[in-house]
Amino acid sequence: MDSLPDIAGPIVKRHRLSTRLWHWLNALLLYILFASGLGIFNAHPRLYWGQYGANFDRAWLELERFGSWWTLPASYNLALSRHWHLAAAPIFAFALLAYMLWSLANRHVFRDLAFRRGELAPRHVWQDIRDHARLRFPTGAAALRYNVLQKASYIGVIFVALPLVILTGLTMSPGMNAAWPWLVDLFGGRQSARSLHFIAAFALAAFFLVHILMVLLAGPLNEIRAMITGRYRVPQDKSGERP
Amino acid sequence: MMFARRALLLGATAALTGCDRLARNDQFRRALFSAENFHKWAQRSLMARDALAQEFRPDQISPIFRANGTANPNTPAYKAIWRTGFADWRLRVDGMVARPLSLSLSQMHALPHREQITRHDCVEGWSAIGKWRGVPLRILLDAAGLRRDARYIVFHCADDMGGGRPYYESIDLVDAFHPQTILAFALNDRPLSVANGAPLRLRVERQLGYKQAKYVMRIEAVDSLDAIGRGKGGFWEDVAGYDWYAGI
Repeated sequence: MDSLPDIAGPIVKRHRLSTRLWHWLNALLLYILFASGLGIFNAHPRLYWGQYGANFDRAWLELERFGSWWTLPASYNLALSRHWHLAAAPIFAFALLAYMLWSLANRHVFRDLAFRRGELAPRHVWQDIRDHARLRFPTGAAALRYNVLQKASYIGVIFVALPLVILTGLTMSPGMNAAWPWLVDLFGGRQSARSLHFIAAFALAAFFLVHILMVLLAGPLNEIRAMITGRYRVPQDKSGERP
Repeated sequence: MMFARRALLLGATAALTGCDRLARNDQFRRALFSAENFHKWAQRSLMARDALAQEFRPDQISPIFRANGTANPNTPAYKAIWRTGFADWRLRVDGMVARPLSLSLSQMHALPHREQITRHDCVEGWSAIGKWRGVPLRILLDAAGLRRDARYIVFHCADDMGGGRPYYESIDLVDAFHPQTILAFALNDRPLSVANGAPLRLRVERQLGYKQAKYVMRIEAVDSLDAIGRGKGGFWEDVAGYDWYAGI
Protein backbone atom coordinates (compact mmCIF):
# COMPACT_ATOMS: atom_id res chain seq x y z
CA MET A 1 0.00 0.00 0.00
CA ASP A 2 2.91 2.24 0.76
CA SER A 3 4.60 1.60 -2.47
CA LEU A 4 2.14 3.36 -4.76
CA PRO A 5 4.35 6.10 -6.17
CA ASP A 6 1.54 8.17 -7.62
CA ILE A 7 0.15 9.08 -4.21
CA ALA A 8 3.42 10.01 -2.53
CA GLY A 9 3.18 13.47 -0.99
CA PRO A 10 5.45 15.76 1.01
CA ILE A 11 6.98 14.59 4.29
CA VAL A 12 5.96 16.55 7.37
CA LYS A 13 6.70 16.45 11.08
CA ARG A 14 3.70 14.84 12.68
CA HIS A 15 4.07 13.35 16.21
CA ARG A 16 5.83 15.12 19.03
CA LEU A 17 8.63 13.37 20.93
CA SER A 18 6.44 13.13 24.06
CA THR A 19 3.72 11.38 22.07
CA ARG A 20 6.16 8.99 20.44
CA LEU A 21 7.94 8.08 23.69
CA TRP A 22 4.69 7.57 25.55
CA HIS A 23 3.17 5.58 22.70
CA TRP A 24 5.91 2.95 22.63
CA LEU A 25 6.37 2.77 26.38
CA ASN A 26 2.63 2.33 26.65
CA ALA A 27 2.55 -0.36 23.97
CA LEU A 28 5.11 -2.39 25.92
CA LEU A 29 3.51 -1.81 29.34
CA LEU A 30 -0.02 -2.49 28.14
CA TYR A 31 1.14 -5.75 26.63
CA ILE A 32 2.79 -6.78 29.92
CA LEU A 33 -0.20 -5.65 31.97
CA PHE A 34 -2.77 -7.37 29.77
CA ALA A 35 -0.93 -10.68 29.54
CA SER A 36 0.02 -10.81 33.22
CA GLY A 37 -3.49 -9.62 34.13
CA LEU A 38 -4.97 -12.62 32.34
CA GLY A 39 -2.52 -14.80 34.30
CA ILE A 40 -3.89 -13.30 37.52
CA PHE A 41 -7.48 -13.64 36.31
CA ASN A 42 -6.84 -17.35 35.72
CA ALA A 43 -6.50 -17.86 39.48
CA HIS A 44 -10.23 -17.17 39.78
CA PRO A 45 -11.86 -16.80 36.36
CA ARG A 46 -15.21 -15.55 37.70
CA LEU A 47 -16.51 -11.99 37.95
CA TYR A 48 -19.08 -10.53 40.32
CA TRP A 49 -20.88 -7.29 41.06
CA GLY A 50 -20.86 -5.79 44.54
CA GLN A 51 -18.64 -5.81 47.60
CA TYR A 52 -17.96 -9.55 47.82
CA GLY A 53 -17.94 -12.57 45.52
CA ALA A 54 -16.53 -16.06 45.81
CA ASN A 55 -17.40 -19.54 44.61
CA PHE A 56 -20.77 -19.76 46.32
CA ASP A 57 -21.90 -16.36 45.08
CA ARG A 58 -23.52 -15.59 41.75
CA ALA A 59 -21.01 -14.66 39.06
CA TRP A 60 -22.07 -12.59 36.02
CA LEU A 61 -19.23 -14.04 34.00
CA GLU A 62 -17.49 -17.36 34.32
CA LEU A 63 -14.74 -18.29 31.90
CA GLU A 64 -12.30 -21.09 31.32
CA ARG A 65 -8.70 -20.26 32.08
CA PHE A 66 -6.96 -18.31 29.32
CA GLY A 67 -4.41 -20.51 27.56
CA SER A 68 -0.66 -20.13 27.69
CA TRP A 69 -0.81 -18.18 24.42
CA TRP A 70 -2.44 -15.32 26.27
CA THR A 71 -0.76 -15.16 29.64
CA LEU A 72 2.47 -13.93 31.15
CA PRO A 73 4.18 -16.10 32.18
CA ALA A 74 2.98 -18.70 29.70
CA SER A 75 2.52 -21.40 32.35
CA TYR A 76 0.25 -20.65 35.28
CA ASN A 77 2.18 -18.85 38.02
CA LEU A 78 0.08 -16.42 40.03
CA ALA A 79 3.02 -15.02 41.98
CA LEU A 80 5.04 -14.25 38.85
CA SER A 81 2.04 -12.80 37.00
CA ARG A 82 1.51 -10.51 39.98
CA HIS A 83 5.16 -9.46 40.02
CA TRP A 84 4.98 -8.51 36.33
CA HIS A 85 1.66 -6.75 36.79
CA LEU A 86 2.57 -4.82 39.94
CA ALA A 87 5.98 -3.79 38.60
CA ALA A 88 4.56 -2.47 35.32
CA ALA A 89 1.46 -0.82 36.82
CA PRO A 90 3.08 2.12 38.65
CA ILE A 91 5.30 2.97 35.65
CA PHE A 92 2.24 2.82 33.42
CA ALA A 93 0.17 5.01 35.76
CA PHE A 94 2.82 7.69 36.27
CA ALA A 95 3.64 7.72 32.55
CA LEU A 96 -0.02 8.38 31.77
CA LEU A 97 -0.16 11.12 34.37
CA ALA A 98 2.99 12.74 32.98
CA TYR A 99 1.70 12.49 29.41
CA MET A 100 -1.67 13.98 30.37
CA LEU A 101 -0.07 16.93 32.15
CA TRP A 102 2.47 17.44 29.36
CA SER A 103 -0.25 17.29 26.70
CA LEU A 104 -2.27 19.89 28.57
CA ALA A 105 0.83 22.08 28.98
CA ASN A 106 1.89 21.92 25.32
CA ARG A 107 -1.74 22.27 24.22
CA HIS A 108 -1.68 18.94 22.31
CA VAL A 109 -5.05 18.15 23.86
CA PHE A 110 -6.70 21.39 22.76
CA ARG A 111 -4.99 21.62 19.40
CA ASP A 112 -5.28 18.05 18.17
CA LEU A 113 -7.74 16.11 20.32
CA ALA A 114 -10.49 18.54 21.31
CA PHE A 115 -13.59 18.45 19.10
CA ARG A 116 -14.04 21.46 16.83
CA ARG A 117 -17.23 23.35 16.24
CA GLY A 118 -19.64 21.29 14.17
CA GLU A 119 -17.60 18.09 14.41
CA LEU A 120 -20.07 16.48 16.77
CA ALA A 121 -23.07 17.27 14.57
CA PRO A 122 -24.82 13.97 13.81
CA ARG A 123 -24.47 14.56 10.07
CA HIS A 124 -20.72 15.02 10.34
CA VAL A 125 -20.28 12.00 12.61
CA TRP A 126 -22.39 9.88 10.27
CA GLN A 127 -20.31 10.98 7.31
CA ASP A 128 -17.14 9.99 9.17
CA ILE A 129 -18.60 6.59 10.01
CA ARG A 130 -19.49 6.08 6.33
CA ASP A 131 -16.00 7.11 5.24
CA HIS A 132 -14.48 4.61 7.65
CA ALA A 133 -16.84 1.86 6.55
CA ARG A 134 -15.89 2.46 2.92
CA LEU A 135 -12.21 2.64 3.93
CA ARG A 136 -11.94 6.11 2.44
CA PHE A 137 -9.10 7.79 4.27
CA PRO A 138 -8.48 11.54 4.18
CA THR A 139 -5.73 12.86 1.95
CA GLY A 140 -3.77 16.08 1.78
CA ALA A 141 -4.21 18.55 4.62
CA ALA A 142 -7.17 16.61 6.02
CA ALA A 143 -4.89 13.64 6.70
CA LEU A 144 -2.90 15.74 9.15
CA ARG A 145 -5.89 16.31 11.40
CA TYR A 146 -7.57 13.62 13.46
CA ASN A 147 -11.10 12.88 12.31
CA VAL A 148 -13.98 12.81 14.76
CA LEU A 149 -13.97 9.04 15.35
CA GLN A 150 -10.23 9.13 15.90
CA LYS A 151 -10.54 11.99 18.37
CA ALA A 152 -13.35 10.23 20.20
CA SER A 153 -11.34 7.03 20.55
CA TYR A 154 -8.14 8.78 21.61
CA ILE A 155 -10.01 10.89 24.16
CA GLY A 156 -11.88 7.79 25.30
CA VAL A 157 -8.65 5.85 25.76
CA ILE A 158 -6.55 8.59 27.39
CA PHE A 159 -9.19 10.17 29.62
CA VAL A 160 -11.63 7.31 30.29
CA ALA A 161 -10.37 3.75 29.71
CA LEU A 162 -6.78 4.19 30.94
CA PRO A 163 -7.73 6.12 34.12
CA LEU A 164 -10.54 3.62 34.75
CA VAL A 165 -8.22 0.64 34.46
CA ILE A 166 -5.71 2.32 36.82
CA LEU A 167 -8.24 3.38 39.46
CA THR A 168 -10.08 0.05 39.48
CA GLY A 169 -6.68 -1.63 39.72
CA LEU A 170 -5.84 0.43 42.80
CA THR A 171 -9.20 -0.53 44.27
CA MET A 172 -8.22 -4.18 44.29
CA SER A 173 -5.44 -3.49 46.78
CA PRO A 174 -6.54 -3.93 50.41
CA GLY A 175 -3.89 -1.42 51.47
CA MET A 176 -5.24 1.24 49.09
CA ASN A 177 -8.76 0.47 50.32
CA ALA A 178 -7.69 1.55 53.79
CA ALA A 179 -5.92 4.62 52.40
CA TRP A 180 -8.69 5.71 49.99
CA PRO A 181 -11.96 4.03 51.00
CA TRP A 182 -13.92 6.49 48.81
CA LEU A 183 -12.43 4.87 45.72
CA VAL A 184 -14.02 1.48 46.52
CA ASP A 185 -17.33 3.23 47.15
CA LEU A 186 -17.04 5.05 43.82
CA PHE A 187 -16.98 1.72 41.97
CA GLY A 188 -19.61 0.06 44.15
CA GLY A 189 -17.36 -2.42 45.91
CA ARG A 190 -14.18 -4.37 45.30
CA GLN A 191 -15.73 -7.09 43.15
CA SER A 192 -17.47 -4.48 40.98
CA ALA A 193 -14.11 -2.76 40.60
CA ARG A 194 -12.54 -6.07 39.58
CA SER A 195 -15.26 -6.55 36.95
CA LEU A 196 -14.79 -3.00 35.64
CA HIS A 197 -11.02 -3.55 35.56
CA PHE A 198 -11.57 -6.59 33.35
CA ILE A 199 -14.05 -4.75 31.09
CA ALA A 200 -11.73 -1.76 30.73
CA ALA A 201 -8.81 -4.06 29.90
CA PHE A 202 -10.81 -5.70 27.12
CA ALA A 203 -12.02 -2.32 25.86
CA LEU A 204 -8.35 -1.37 25.55
CA ALA A 205 -7.63 -4.65 23.77
CA ALA A 206 -10.49 -3.88 21.35
CA PHE A 207 -9.05 -0.41 20.78
CA PHE A 208 -5.68 -2.03 20.09
CA LEU A 209 -7.15 -4.33 17.42
CA VAL A 210 -9.01 -1.51 15.64
CA HIS A 211 -5.94 0.70 15.97
CA ILE A 212 -3.72 -1.95 14.33
CA LEU A 213 -6.31 -2.53 11.61
CA MET A 214 -6.44 1.21 10.87
CA VAL A 215 -2.64 1.44 10.74
CA LEU A 216 -2.55 -1.47 8.31
CA LEU A 217 -5.21 0.05 6.10
CA ALA A 218 -3.81 3.57 6.18
CA GLY A 219 -0.32 2.46 5.16
CA PRO A 220 1.62 0.68 7.90
CA LEU A 221 5.15 1.77 7.00
CA ASN A 222 4.26 5.45 6.80
CA GLU A 223 2.22 5.31 10.00
CA ILE A 224 4.83 3.36 11.98
CA ARG A 225 7.64 5.58 10.73
CA ALA A 226 5.64 8.61 11.83
CA MET A 227 5.32 7.16 15.32
CA ILE A 228 9.03 6.30 15.52
CA THR A 229 10.71 9.28 13.84
CA GLY A 230 7.83 11.72 13.84
CA ARG A 231 8.10 12.12 10.04
CA TYR A 232 4.95 11.43 8.08
CA ARG A 233 4.36 11.39 4.36
CA VAL A 234 1.12 13.15 3.58
CA PRO A 235 -1.06 10.84 1.49
CA GLN A 236 -2.31 12.49 -1.72
CA ASP A 237 -5.49 12.12 -3.64
CA LYS A 238 -5.20 9.39 -6.29
CA SER A 239 -5.76 12.05 -8.95
CA GLY A 240 -2.25 13.25 -8.19
CA GLU A 241 -3.43 16.70 -7.20
CA ARG A 242 -1.07 18.45 -4.77
CA PRO A 243 -2.13 20.92 -2.15
CA MET B 1 -1.86 -7.77 5.11
CA MET B 2 -0.98 -11.47 5.49
CA PHE B 3 2.58 -10.51 6.20
CA ALA B 4 1.56 -7.94 8.75
CA ARG B 5 -0.69 -10.39 10.54
CA ARG B 6 2.07 -12.97 10.64
CA ALA B 7 4.50 -10.34 11.91
CA LEU B 8 2.08 -9.37 14.64
CA LEU B 9 1.65 -12.99 15.71
CA LEU B 10 5.37 -13.56 15.59
CA GLY B 11 5.91 -10.40 17.62
CA ALA B 12 3.51 -11.57 20.29
CA THR B 13 5.22 -14.96 20.52
CA ALA B 14 8.64 -13.32 20.67
CA ALA B 15 7.45 -10.93 23.38
CA LEU B 16 6.02 -13.80 25.39
CA THR B 17 9.04 -16.06 25.25
CA GLY B 18 11.29 -13.03 25.65
CA CYS B 19 9.49 -11.99 28.83
CA ASP B 20 9.60 -15.53 30.20
CA ARG B 21 13.31 -15.77 29.51
CA LEU B 22 13.90 -12.37 31.13
CA ALA B 23 12.03 -13.49 34.24
CA ARG B 24 14.51 -16.34 34.67
CA ASN B 25 17.43 -13.89 34.86
CA ASP B 26 18.34 -13.36 38.51
CA GLN B 27 19.05 -9.65 38.29
CA PHE B 28 15.89 -8.94 36.32
CA ARG B 29 13.91 -11.07 38.76
CA ARG B 30 15.20 -9.06 41.68
CA ALA B 31 14.23 -5.81 39.93
CA LEU B 32 10.79 -7.20 39.14
CA PHE B 33 10.25 -8.41 42.71
CA SER B 34 11.43 -5.10 44.18
CA ALA B 35 8.21 -3.42 43.03
CA GLU B 36 6.84 -4.74 46.35
CA ASN B 37 9.04 -2.23 48.18
CA PHE B 38 7.69 0.64 46.11
CA HIS B 39 4.09 -0.38 46.80
CA LYS B 40 4.72 -0.79 50.52
CA TRP B 41 6.41 2.59 50.71
CA ALA B 42 3.70 4.30 48.62
CA GLN B 43 0.81 2.79 50.55
CA ARG B 44 2.34 3.45 53.95
CA SER B 45 2.99 7.06 52.85
CA LEU B 46 -0.58 7.52 51.64
CA MET B 47 -2.39 6.06 54.62
CA ALA B 48 -2.44 7.04 58.25
CA ARG B 49 -0.64 4.47 60.40
CA ASP B 50 -3.93 3.39 61.95
CA ALA B 51 -6.15 3.91 58.89
CA LEU B 52 -8.88 1.29 59.17
CA ALA B 53 -9.85 -1.27 56.58
CA GLN B 54 -13.48 -0.82 55.57
CA GLU B 55 -16.05 -2.29 57.91
CA PHE B 56 -19.46 -3.43 56.71
CA ARG B 57 -23.04 -3.75 57.94
CA PRO B 58 -24.36 -7.15 59.10
CA ASP B 59 -26.59 -7.37 55.99
CA GLN B 60 -23.48 -7.19 53.78
CA ILE B 61 -21.97 -10.42 55.15
CA SER B 62 -21.33 -13.16 52.56
CA PRO B 63 -23.91 -15.97 52.87
CA ILE B 64 -21.07 -18.50 52.92
CA PHE B 65 -17.56 -17.53 53.98
CA ARG B 66 -15.32 -19.45 51.63
CA ALA B 67 -12.55 -21.39 53.40
CA ASN B 68 -9.33 -21.72 51.44
CA GLY B 69 -5.94 -23.37 51.84
CA THR B 70 -5.85 -26.09 54.48
CA ALA B 71 -9.38 -27.34 55.26
CA ASN B 72 -8.22 -29.49 58.14
CA PRO B 73 -4.63 -29.83 59.40
CA ASN B 74 -5.32 -33.51 60.23
CA THR B 75 -2.01 -34.03 62.02
CA PRO B 76 -1.96 -36.28 65.11
CA ALA B 77 -1.14 -33.27 67.30
CA TYR B 78 -3.99 -31.19 65.87
CA LYS B 79 -6.45 -34.08 66.12
CA ALA B 80 -5.52 -34.49 69.78
CA ILE B 81 -6.37 -30.88 70.67
CA TRP B 82 -9.46 -30.90 68.43
CA ARG B 83 -10.89 -33.99 70.22
CA THR B 84 -11.03 -32.14 73.53
CA GLY B 85 -12.66 -29.09 71.99
CA PHE B 86 -9.31 -27.27 72.20
CA ALA B 87 -9.34 -27.47 76.01
CA ASP B 88 -5.67 -28.55 75.90
CA TRP B 89 -4.67 -25.98 73.29
CA ARG B 90 -2.37 -23.21 74.48
CA LEU B 91 -1.29 -20.13 72.59
CA ARG B 92 2.37 -19.43 73.25
CA VAL B 93 3.67 -15.88 72.95
CA ASP B 94 7.47 -15.87 73.07
CA GLY B 95 10.65 -14.79 71.34
CA MET B 96 11.80 -11.24 72.02
CA VAL B 97 9.40 -10.55 74.88
CA ALA B 98 10.04 -9.87 78.57
CA ARG B 99 7.37 -12.30 79.83
CA PRO B 100 6.48 -15.28 77.58
CA LEU B 101 2.79 -16.17 77.78
CA SER B 102 0.84 -19.39 77.51
CA LEU B 103 -2.88 -18.79 77.13
CA SER B 104 -5.83 -21.16 77.03
CA LEU B 105 -8.89 -20.54 74.88
CA SER B 106 -10.95 -19.55 77.92
CA GLN B 107 -8.25 -17.10 78.95
CA MET B 108 -8.41 -15.63 75.45
CA HIS B 109 -12.19 -15.31 75.80
CA ALA B 110 -11.70 -13.39 79.03
CA LEU B 111 -9.47 -10.76 77.43
CA PRO B 112 -10.87 -7.56 75.83
CA HIS B 113 -12.39 -8.26 72.40
CA ARG B 114 -12.86 -6.45 69.18
CA GLU B 115 -15.61 -7.23 66.69
CA GLN B 116 -15.30 -6.26 63.05
CA ILE B 117 -17.15 -7.01 59.84
CA THR B 118 -14.47 -6.92 57.18
CA ARG B 119 -13.78 -8.10 53.68
CA HIS B 120 -11.32 -10.92 53.14
CA ASP B 121 -9.54 -10.55 49.79
CA CYS B 122 -7.83 -13.63 48.46
CA VAL B 123 -4.74 -13.21 46.29
CA GLU B 124 -6.68 -15.21 43.70
CA GLY B 125 -9.20 -12.40 43.31
CA TRP B 126 -12.31 -13.39 45.23
CA SER B 127 -13.67 -11.64 48.33
CA ALA B 128 -15.82 -12.73 51.26
CA ILE B 129 -17.23 -10.56 54.04
CA GLY B 130 -17.39 -11.95 57.55
CA LYS B 131 -17.76 -10.84 61.13
CA TRP B 132 -14.76 -11.60 63.29
CA ARG B 133 -14.41 -11.52 67.06
CA GLY B 134 -11.06 -11.78 68.78
CA VAL B 135 -8.35 -10.33 70.94
CA PRO B 136 -6.32 -7.43 69.56
CA LEU B 137 -2.73 -8.56 69.07
CA ARG B 138 -1.61 -5.34 70.75
CA ILE B 139 -3.06 -6.56 74.06
CA LEU B 140 -1.03 -9.76 73.93
CA LEU B 141 2.17 -7.96 72.92
CA ASP B 142 1.74 -5.41 75.70
CA ALA B 143 1.05 -8.15 78.25
CA ALA B 144 4.12 -10.07 77.13
CA GLY B 145 6.30 -6.96 77.12
CA LEU B 146 7.59 -6.77 73.56
CA ARG B 147 11.26 -5.90 73.57
CA ARG B 148 12.31 -2.68 71.88
CA ASP B 149 14.56 -4.43 69.37
CA ALA B 150 11.79 -6.72 68.06
CA ARG B 151 10.80 -5.88 64.48
CA TYR B 152 8.47 -8.63 63.28
CA ILE B 153 5.77 -10.84 64.72
CA VAL B 154 5.72 -14.41 63.40
CA PHE B 155 2.69 -16.70 63.54
CA HIS B 156 3.42 -20.42 63.67
CA CYS B 157 0.52 -22.62 62.63
CA ALA B 158 -0.62 -26.22 63.16
CA ASP B 159 -1.11 -27.08 59.51
CA ASP B 160 1.74 -29.04 57.99
CA MET B 161 2.08 -28.02 54.35
CA GLY B 162 4.01 -31.19 53.43
CA GLY B 163 7.50 -32.39 54.28
CA GLY B 164 7.17 -31.26 57.88
CA ARG B 165 6.95 -27.60 56.88
CA PRO B 166 4.21 -25.93 58.87
CA TYR B 167 2.41 -22.84 57.62
CA TYR B 168 3.66 -19.59 59.02
CA GLU B 169 3.28 -15.89 58.36
CA SER B 170 4.76 -12.66 59.65
CA ILE B 171 3.90 -8.96 59.89
CA ASP B 172 5.81 -5.90 60.97
CA LEU B 173 5.00 -3.76 63.99
CA VAL B 174 2.91 -1.23 62.02
CA ASP B 175 0.38 -3.96 61.32
CA ALA B 176 0.95 -5.79 64.62
CA PHE B 177 -0.22 -2.76 66.62
CA HIS B 178 -3.00 -1.79 64.20
CA PRO B 179 -6.38 -1.67 65.98
CA GLN B 180 -8.00 -4.15 63.56
CA THR B 181 -5.23 -6.73 63.89
CA ILE B 182 -6.84 -9.38 66.05
CA LEU B 183 -6.55 -13.06 66.88
CA ALA B 184 -10.03 -14.21 66.02
CA PHE B 185 -11.79 -17.12 67.71
CA ALA B 186 -15.26 -16.50 66.25
CA LEU B 187 -16.62 -16.00 62.74
CA ASN B 188 -20.18 -14.78 62.20
CA ASP B 189 -21.00 -15.22 65.93
CA ARG B 190 -19.96 -18.88 66.00
CA PRO B 191 -16.74 -20.44 67.25
CA LEU B 192 -14.24 -20.64 64.41
CA SER B 193 -14.78 -23.81 62.35
CA VAL B 194 -11.87 -26.11 61.55
CA ALA B 195 -12.01 -25.07 57.87
CA ASN B 196 -11.67 -21.44 58.87
CA GLY B 197 -8.76 -21.97 61.27
CA ALA B 198 -10.01 -23.23 64.67
CA PRO B 199 -9.27 -22.44 67.34
CA LEU B 200 -7.56 -19.16 66.44
CA ARG B 201 -6.63 -17.24 63.30
CA LEU B 202 -4.95 -13.97 62.59
CA ARG B 203 -6.84 -11.07 60.99
CA VAL B 204 -4.62 -8.40 59.50
CA GLU B 205 -7.21 -6.50 57.55
CA ARG B 206 -5.10 -4.31 55.28
CA GLN B 207 -3.48 -7.30 53.61
CA LEU B 208 -4.47 -10.25 51.41
CA GLY B 209 -5.82 -13.61 52.50
CA TYR B 210 -2.58 -15.57 52.71
CA LYS B 211 -1.49 -13.28 55.57
CA GLN B 212 -4.51 -14.37 57.66
CA ALA B 213 -2.75 -17.35 59.27
CA LYS B 214 -5.09 -20.10 60.51
CA TYR B 215 -4.57 -22.63 63.34
CA VAL B 216 -2.22 -20.25 65.18
CA MET B 217 -0.22 -22.11 67.85
CA ARG B 218 2.60 -19.75 68.62
CA ILE B 219 3.36 -16.07 68.26
CA GLU B 220 7.04 -15.25 68.16
CA ALA B 221 8.65 -11.81 68.25
CA VAL B 222 11.87 -11.59 66.22
CA ASP B 223 14.25 -8.97 64.90
CA SER B 224 14.86 -10.72 61.58
CA LEU B 225 12.97 -13.17 59.38
CA ASP B 226 16.12 -14.76 57.98
CA ALA B 227 16.21 -17.77 60.33
CA ILE B 228 12.53 -18.67 59.91
CA GLY B 229 11.45 -21.10 57.20
CA ARG B 230 13.42 -20.18 54.12
CA GLY B 231 13.68 -16.59 55.26
CA LYS B 232 11.05 -14.83 53.16
CA GLY B 233 8.65 -14.31 56.06
CA GLY B 234 5.87 -16.73 55.17
CA PHE B 235 5.06 -20.13 53.72
CA TRP B 236 3.83 -18.89 50.33
CA GLU B 237 6.54 -16.25 50.21
CA ASP B 238 9.12 -19.05 50.62
CA VAL B 239 7.53 -21.59 48.34
CA ALA B 240 5.83 -19.62 45.56
CA GLY B 241 7.45 -16.18 45.63
CA TYR B 242 4.42 -14.24 46.87
CA ASP B 243 5.05 -10.70 48.11
CA TRP B 244 5.74 -10.46 51.82
CA TYR B 245 3.89 -7.13 51.87
CA ALA B 246 0.42 -8.22 50.85
CA GLY B 247 -1.29 -4.83 50.89
CA ILE B 248 -1.28 -5.01 47.08
